[in-house]
Amino acid sequence: MHSVSADHVVLATFIFVGVFFVIATLSASHLLARSKHDEAKLSTYECGSEPVGPPWVQFRVGYYVYALLFVVFDIETVFLYPWAAAFGQMGIFIVVEMFVFIGILAAGLAYAWKEGALRWR
Amino acid sequence: MSETVSPVMFLILAFATIGGAVMMLSTRNVVHAAFWLLEIMVATAGLYLLLSAEFLALVQVLVYAGAVSVLVLFVIMLTLRRREDAIRPYEPSWAGTIIAALFLGALYMAITRFVPVIAEMPEKVPGVADFGREMFTTWMLPFEVASLVLLAALVGAVWWSKGGDGR
Repeated sequence: MHSVSADHVVLATFIFVGVFFVIATLSASHLLARSKHDEAKLSTYECGSEPVGPPWVQFRVGYYVYALLFVVFDIETVFLYPWAAAFGQMGIFIVVEMFVFIGILAAGLAYAWKEGALRWR
Repeated sequence: MSETVSPVMFLILAFATIGGAVMMLSTRNVVHAAFWLLEIMVATAGLYLLLSAEFLALVQVLVYAGAVSVLVLFVIMLTLRRREDAIRPYEPSWAGTIIAALFLGALYMAITRFVPVIAEMPEKVPGVADFGREMFTTWMLPFEVASLVLLAALVGAVWWSKGGDGR
């Protein structure tokens, strides 16, 4: 087994505080708040407006493009991290490489834009 | 300290992973199953971190827990029409039982015959910069091909969803 570094202790503390905060606030509201449910209270919350129709509706397939765009550029961001770390030792070559990568993804974004997939309807 | 912390952490994370997988498969509600999948992904990231594979843990959290689980939830939202659709039917059958028994037998045989080869941990764990240098030189072509795969997925999704304009 290898050693546990100080970073791991910080991370463990962070996770512990995060989990503890959720449990503490939820149980505090459970203990302190009155639990009296009526029809208006149990209805779906839609930013204060009267809810229209059932909350379980089928969403338009166009939203899938937004999710996929998020995935694609999330992966790009992940690759940028080792790229930035190795940047200092590598020179111009690595810049060209990353620009090709981003360029290919940008072509996909341009296609989605051209087809109107990014228009909010 | 390290000799005692890591096995305990491993046991907690292994329990979270396997327990989450059992819960994911046994829950009747597909939305709950998606959230159990998210829990499994985060616990797996913890296992990677325990192996000092920091970049892999980062990818696991950012891409799998952050993006792929969102994609799974989107697919559920896009396909379900009513609340009742989210509940998977419970249909036990003899065929399923036989297949599960065969799989269990095969798994048992594989585990009993397995001779573990424990790899030596390197003295110095390679950092993200070493990983980046390796990726942008030796693995340059697969890296660029990855962008083409992502492009194909994106163009395919845009093209496919064009038919759904009116709905």
